[in-house]
Amino acid sequence: MPDRPVSNVLEAHQLSKEVSSPEGALTILKQVSFTIAAGETVAVVGPSGAGKSTLLALLAGLDLPTRGHVNLNGANLSDLDEDGRALVRAESVGFVFQSFHLVPSLNALENVMLPLELAGHDDARRAAREIIDKVGLADRWSHYPAQLSGGEKQRVAIARAFATEPAVLFADEPTGNLDSRTGENIMELMFELNRNSSTTLVLVTHDNGLAARCERVLALDAGGLVSDTRAAA
Amino acid sequence: MKAVRFALRSFGRELRSGEVLVLLAAVGLAVAALTAVGFLTDRIGKAVARQANEVLAADLRLRSQSPVPDEWRALAAEYELQTADTLSFPSVVFRGDDNALSTIKVVSELYPLRGAVRVSDELFGEQREVDGIPAAGEVWADGALLARVGANVGDVLEIGELQLTVSAVLTYRPDQSIGFASLAPTVILNIADIDSSGLIGEGSRVRYALLVAGDESNVAAFNEEIQGILPDEIRVRSQEESSERAYNAADRAQRFLSLTAVISLLLSAVAVAMSARRFAQRRMDTVALMKSLGATQGFVITVSLVQLMLLGVLGVAAGSITGYVAEELLASVLSDLLAGSLPGTGLRPVILASGSALVLMLGFALPAMIQLRNTPPLRVLRHDEMPPAPSRLLVAGLSLAAVAALLYRSVGDARMLLILIGGIIVIAGALYLVGRALVAVIGRARSGVGVAWRYGLANVARRGRDSAVQVVAFGLGITVLLLLTIVRTDLLEGWRASLDENAPNHFLINIQPHEVDAVGALFAQNDIEVPTFTPLVRARMTTINDESVKEREYPNRDGEWLANREANLSWSAELSASNDIVEGTWWALDYAGPPLASIEEEAAMNAGLMIGDRLNFTVAGRDVEAEIASIRKVNWDSFQPNFFIVLSPGALDGMPTTFISSLRIPDEKQPMLIDLMRAHPSISVIDLGAILQQVRGIIEKASLAVQAVFLFTLAAGIAVLFAAVQSTIDERRFESAMLRALGARRRTVFAGVMAEFAALGAAAGVLASAGASVLAALVAVQLFDLPYEFNPVIWLAGVGAGILVVCVSGFFAARGAVNARPVDVLRGAPA
Ligand SMILES: Nc1ncnc2c1ncn2[C@@H]1O[C@H](COP(=O)(O)OP(=O)(O)OP(=O)(O)O)[C@@H](O)[C@H]1O
Ligand SMILES: [Mg+2]
Repeated sequence: MPDRPVSNVLEAHQLSKEVSSPEGALTILKQVSFTIAAGETVAVVGPSGAGKSTLLALLAGLDLPTRGHVNLNGANLSDLDEDGRALVRAESVGFVFQSFHLVPSLNALENVMLPLELAGHDDARRAAREIIDKVGLADRWSHYPAQLSGGEKQRVAIARAFATEPAVLFADEPTGNLDSRTGENIMELMFELNRNSSTTLVLVTHDNGLAARCERVLALDAGGLVSDTRAAA
Repeated sequence: MKAVRFALRSFGRELRSGEVLVLLAAVGLAVAALTAVGFLTDRIGKAVARQANEVLAADLRLRSQSPVPDEWRALAAEYELQTADTLSFPSVVFRGDDNALSTIKVVSELYPLRGAVRVSDELFGEQREVDGIPAAGEVWADGALLARVGANVGDVLEIGELQLTVSAVLTYRPDQSIGFASLAPTVILNIADIDSSGLIGEGSRVRYALLVAGDESNVAAFNEEIQGILPDEIRVRSQEESSERAYNAADRAQRFLSLTAVISLLLSAVAVAMSARRFAQRRMDTVALMKSLGATQGFVITVSLVQLMLLGVLGVAAGSITGYVAEELLASVLSDLLAGSLPGTGLRPVILASGSALVLMLGFALPAMIQLRNTPPLRVLRHDEMPPAPSRLLVAGLSLAAVAALLYRSVGDARMLLILIGGIIVIAGALYLVGRALVAVIGRARSGVGVAWRYGLANVARRGRDSAVQVVAFGLGITVLLLLTIVRTDLLEGWRASLDENAPNHFLINIQPHEVDAVGALFAQNDIEVPTFTPLVRARMTTINDESVKEREYPNRDGEWLANREANLSWSAELSASNDIVEGTWWALDYAGPPLASIEEEAAMNAGLMIGDRLNFTVAGRDVEAEIASIRKVNWDSFQPNFFIVLSPGALDGMPTTFISSLRIPDEKQPMLIDLMRAHPSISVIDLGAILQQVRGIIEKASLAVQAVFLFTLAAGIAVLFAAVQSTIDERRFESAMLRALGARRRTVFAGVMAEFAALGAAAGVLASAGASVLAALVAVQLFDLPYEFNPVIWLAGVGAGILVVCVSGFFAARGAVNARPVDVLRGAPA
């Protein structure tokens, strides 16, 4: 934890990402800058291939930008090595993925325990049971991913993301693999958990309704930031 | 610490999920094969060594010109060793007016401590093994002696002041010498009779021996202790120094088994490497996820290594139990066949196999684990993100180091190790290059074939590097299997050929020149092929290149001994069939120039002799000088009369000469030997039957063991193939589901998969055949001293086996993938 309180939990400074392709270098993110304050809920929108997932990976330190840098909870991710970034994630980041990413060999409870154990929690099992109860899977905790439906899997993933009470929670199209009703329920759950904690939510989505429920919407197109709108409220 | 705790905790979950079973099976199988091979090698090795010990009739022999003092008997007892006493001396045995010179062998209760004496109840009767020694007042006498004095079982012989009844015909004693030392036929009598015989007195040439045998380590400790304190007049002999021939055979058997063990080991290594790769691949998603959740590289690698070690422990445990049980079964089957049980072994093979498994895992599984550590966390968002391939240097270095470490123990000498490793590298390299070439060729070939083949061949081409790696793996597996088959059949054939049923079973020595025609005629009368009579002249070497043999320096003690002892010389116009010239040339058939000499290869090396060196001999006071013209390799197993030094015709004319001969006398014609011995009492007849039986016994044991061990090697080979197919199974499931979703029939998909396996198998088979032929030639020539004959059947077998084995195991391995319901596969991407 940083020793001074930070108001901006995420800062993107002139982020650019180039990748090499058969046709030469390809710029997939162009000089994107913004700041996100603690507790904000932010939607990242844009057409397919706009660079949303790329941006998310840079913000979470899963990848490094070609130019520019990211400050996550006071730490400049570009100054850290891979292990350093991992430690930052262990301390302050949670993830929810489109395709759930549960460990198939672990049951629901064990999946939720995973980040707690990584962060060195003393009583991972009890904390995991608590949060599993909160997402409504109290009686399914011993089931393996293969025995759960898509919606249930995503509930487990959400429980896992919130278990460590992270400063920032990244979600990449969390409802993309779910039907619209289940998707709505899942989002309801996420917003509710978010209200009860001080977690900052960064949400990549194609769903305009979903984006509208966020306090702020960042729109990307062809690797560039085209608009940054705050909800009127 | 956190990582270790986590690894331990999640290991149970990993096991329950069944994901790690492939690797577990590979390690388990490796250990099972190694343990079984190890146990068997150990046991057979001991059985063979014991057989070699028979030559001493003991593990250790203390020999002296005077009775061996009791203190040594007492010391042996302290080491819990058995002892027996023997005395031997020449004496004349009488029966009425007939008499014959004999070797009298006086023995005490437990003689022989190793091996068994065989007797028959009448001359040339059925042989049987006996326990114990002749009763006091009785003797067992050699058939040759009985023939010479015209006696049979039940008759009384006079030896010194004793009257002793012949209670059996002695046909074999383990310590009968094969050389020319003990020519006179033997009589065995009980030590209780010796005091009243009056034979032991001043001036008698008695050799006393104390035989010692018992537990291997106790014998070694006893030997150690006496080395320093034994008085000069008592000389010790242990089995390694005894009979050359039995020892050679034992040594070969050991190497043979070791080679088999090496091959199982290589196969296991390949299987471990492949399943470790799959193990790592299957964990990649989880590792990426854990990293995105904040796991460090150290954490990831610690978890992987701890789990790998746990798998190793489980694999070793399961494997050694399986191996042990399998070996017990094998050994019991073998000992039925071998008559007499194989000696048991300690836990050593288990420990060795476990150690080997550890080295295997370090050498072959570690690179995959290290690669796993570098999995990019970005993989959680972009599934095709892969960790960079582990450094080739690291992979090659680790695996070569592991192979060298493991092989060195089995092969035991650096030159052989280099040859083997060199062969492995050359084959792997060649396989890889041709594998890549094949991929390119197949890429072109696929336009002219039907849809199934096109799909299959396109797969081979698309997987490019992976296909080549699989060809290498299949190819290596088949290479070692082929090599084993060649080595087993070709080399065993080589052995048998050099020791076939028609090998001579009798040696005749001390035939006077004037007797040669009469002896030949006697054989002809009995319808026995008249053998060649080889001249023998006893000489003493005096100088080498004018330097006295006593003053000369020799490369080793064998050479010194060879130059200084009485030499048996022969001459011949033609080169004997069991000899090959390795250097220089053999003289022309009609050569009549100054004397030339031909030296046996090893003797030349030991004595430091070279072509062109001049040797001087004295024979009955006359001097002969001969120049070395050639160096020969001698097949001593041929049981033909052979000599270290052979001179050109004419060199020894007019010197005192006797003749020797070897020939096969069928069992039913052996009674003619009685006539021979009566008519020519000075000729010594040596029965080789028993020795042949001993050598054959060793070879039989070795070959049985190799065949049994072959089964394990085969199992390890199939494990490799399964691991290889398994490593592509996820991809295959997905592809097959996709094709079927697109409307392909299951049969079409299946035919495509089979086409792919057939192409891979054929390529691997071709390369394996080439590799195995080369390796087999190297092994035959370098390791076993046998000529290698090229065998074209290997190519048919190699390619056939390649296609068959890859297709069959591919069928079983890929069946599940092809049959999976498309909807399950396509929906069930990552959970
Ligand atoms: N490592 C890479 N190599 C080549 N191209 C890449 C790489 N990573 C991303 N891209 C390209 O960059 C662009 C942006 O990708 P990204 O995954 O960020 O899009 P996205 O906005 O998340 O799209 P979607 O809504 O379809 O998920 C795409 O055109 C993609 O093909
Ligand atoms: Mg995306």
